[in-house]
Amino acid sequence: MLKYLEGSHGVSQVVAMCRPNVISAYPITPQTHIVEDLARLVGEGELEAEFINVESEFSAASVVLGASAAGARAYTTTTSQGLLLMNEVIYCIAGMRLPIVLTCANRAISAPLNIWNDHQDSMTVRDAGWIQLHAEDNQEAADLHMQAFKIAEQTFLPVMVCMDGFILTHAFEPVDIPEQKEVDAFLPPFKPQNIVDPRWPRGIGLYADPRFYMEVRYILHRALEKSEKVIKQVSAEFAKAFGRESGGLLKTYKIEDADLVIITMGSVAGTIKDLIDQLEDEGKKVGLLQICSYRPFPRKEVYRVLKDKTNLLVIEKSISLGRGGILGSDVRWSFPRTEKKDRKISCFVSGLGGRNISISDLRYAVARVEKEPVELEFLGLNPEIIAKRDM
Amino acid sequence: MDKFGYAQSQKFDTYASRLMPREEYFTSGHRSCQGCGEALAVRWVCKAIGKDAIIAHATGCMEIVSSGWPQTAWMHPWLHVAFENASAVASGIESALKVLQRKGKLKGPMPKVVAMGGDGGTTDIGLQSLSGALERGHNFTYFCWDNEAYMNTGIQRSSSTPYGAMTTTSPPGKMSIGQHTQKKNMTAIAVAHGIPYVATASPSYLFDLFFKVRKAIETPGPAYVHVLSVCPTGWRSATDLSVRLGRLAVETGVFPLFEVVNGKYRLTVEVPKLRPVNDYLKPQGRFRHLREKERDFIQKHTMAQYQLLLDKCGASYPEFPVITEPEEEKE
Repeated sequence: MLKYLEGSHGVSQVVAMCRPNVISAYPITPQTHIVEDLARLVGEGELEAEFINVESEFSAASVVLGASAAGARAYTTTTSQGLLLMNEVIYCIAGMRLPIVLTCANRAISAPLNIWNDHQDSMTVRDAGWIQLHAEDNQEAADLHMQAFKIAEQTFLPVMVCMDGFILTHAFEPVDIPEQKEVDAFLPPFKPQNIVDPRWPRGIGLYADPRFYMEVRYILHRALEKSEKVIKQVSAEFAKAFGRESGGLLKTYKIEDADLVIITMGSVAGTIKDLIDQLEDEGKKVGLLQICSYRPFPRKEVYRVLKDKTNLLVIEKSISLGRGGILGSDVRWSFPRTEKKDRKISCFVSGLGGRNISISDLRYAVARVEKEPVELEFLGLNPEIIAKRDM
Repeated sequence: MDKFGYAQSQKFDTYASRLMPREEYFTSGHRSCQGCGEALAVRWVCKAIGKDAIIAHATGCMEIVSSGWPQTAWMHPWLHVAFENASAVASGIESALKVLQRKGKLKGPMPKVVAMGGDGGTTDIGLQSLSGALERGHNFTYFCWDNEAYMNTGIQRSSSTPYGAMTTTSPPGKMSIGQHTQKKNMTAIAVAHGIPYVATASPSYLFDLFFKVRKAIETPGPAYVHVLSVCPTGWRSATDLSVRLGRLAVETGVFPLFEVVNGKYRLTVEVPKLRPVNDYLKPQGRFRHLREKERDFIQKHTMAQYQLLLDKCGASYPEFPVITEPEEEKE
């Protein structure tokens, strides 16, 4: 049923329909509306679950870890500093192969304190062994949660659904909320493995010495690589059940005969599509490649789609300080080193800390890379502020 | 609480293994040091907990010595995550069991949920998550294995290290007498949460320990048991003195054994005549550098703390050791 909803509430309603047993979270802007709504649903008796109000994000992650290890479907949500505080447990969850779903309402990282959107928070845990899916709009954010539980429970890998803070979480859009029976048909009950159970006692979280540790990490890496197939398959099943495309590894827009391809993640894809339409009217052929599954990074798919494209422009909302764009690096590494093709890959870091990415900014970026490739540039900097502070 | 036969425990406060359960839940083959008081405590606490329990353990000595994959010394379902979150993990397990039972997915009786950690994992880095779990009122029991320093990483001081003790990060020197702060009163912190059961225990008083663990496990809601675990390696004491040192800690009033049921204090092991604290300090190399002055200070502090506790328990004062004032202070 189509409802006019805030992004957060679309997510919370769909999460509730996925029937999590244990929900634990700690409030942090802009994630709060999701947990508030879930707390309300539990309080009203509409959702049969334990809602644990903890004293920190670290404990929130620990509680869902314990719950998942005891055989419950567990959910948590956080962002920014909260995700950084969770960091240690985030790695533990992946290493212990617990199928937990986490919503990351992407937000910038301190210092300076900033509550607005960019992707630096989820980027800090990109190597943790979690599947990371990026939503473009509120509909996709809601849909991805249904898929996330299914992917997690098939692969025994935790899934982080990333949605842009404020831009999605606090925006009202029509969202198609499914019926409970549709969700039940799509998402079977959780069949846990390797749980703490007195009838079948086992140790979980034992330490592994140098003889075993590397193998465990290799298996985890392989599991993430193999999960590409499951992500694709679940997305296809979703399309069949609900009649709309959502998720998957990546999406493309007008890419077939494009001379320049823009590569990005998250909500800015909407703005870029508008720009592409405008440019098309002006006679320029620009396409879009939108990464939905950032981890595992669909290296082969990206190569397949971009094989014949020579001019690439990465627009990303994160930066590895002292190195450059993170998504840009991932894209660069997607092409085989043996390839002799002259390919120009430009990278624009943009929208950090909630800076608006306007169509004119993007138009400028496109004009720049049409002339020459750009190694790294910050989009829309204010030179006055920099002139005073930059020593 | 009579059903736990507390009265019996006082009659048999000496070792009588035939009267205790024979099942082993913390089995042999683990790699703890010779004379480890902590392993002894874990073994008997696990016996008292019984079969139907799930343990969440913090990183620390007992985790490291017992759980190198693919081996484990634990017969219980056992989960280790990190240093600072054993109580939060236990909260998650307890919540999961509760909701799964409510939904009819968990058959049979509800397993007991237990969290364990060392003194560092409890009084320092794990204090926040423990406080949160106690405040939320989960039905679980927390055991603190207090060996009074970070022994696993090589005897570094924790907030549970007693005054004057030598550790590798509080070494005595020209400007230092060793640990210069007093031991954190963790049981008082637990009591302040208003939880139904708090106790101190020692594997040197097996029956006292056993029945306290039974009580803690059976108590609905959170329970906290603080177990003094003698560490010959870190305390620089002879390995055959571990049980003796545990008893001396009680007999000198350094580590009194008591329980707090719903806020009401009760001394469970009464000492008619308190021994001088030096009897406890002397066998331990970590106090070797202390002079008369500091030893007297420790004696006075111990007595003052003991009196405070006796007042809370409403117990009569025992015979205290006589302190001879140093010469210069008499003037």
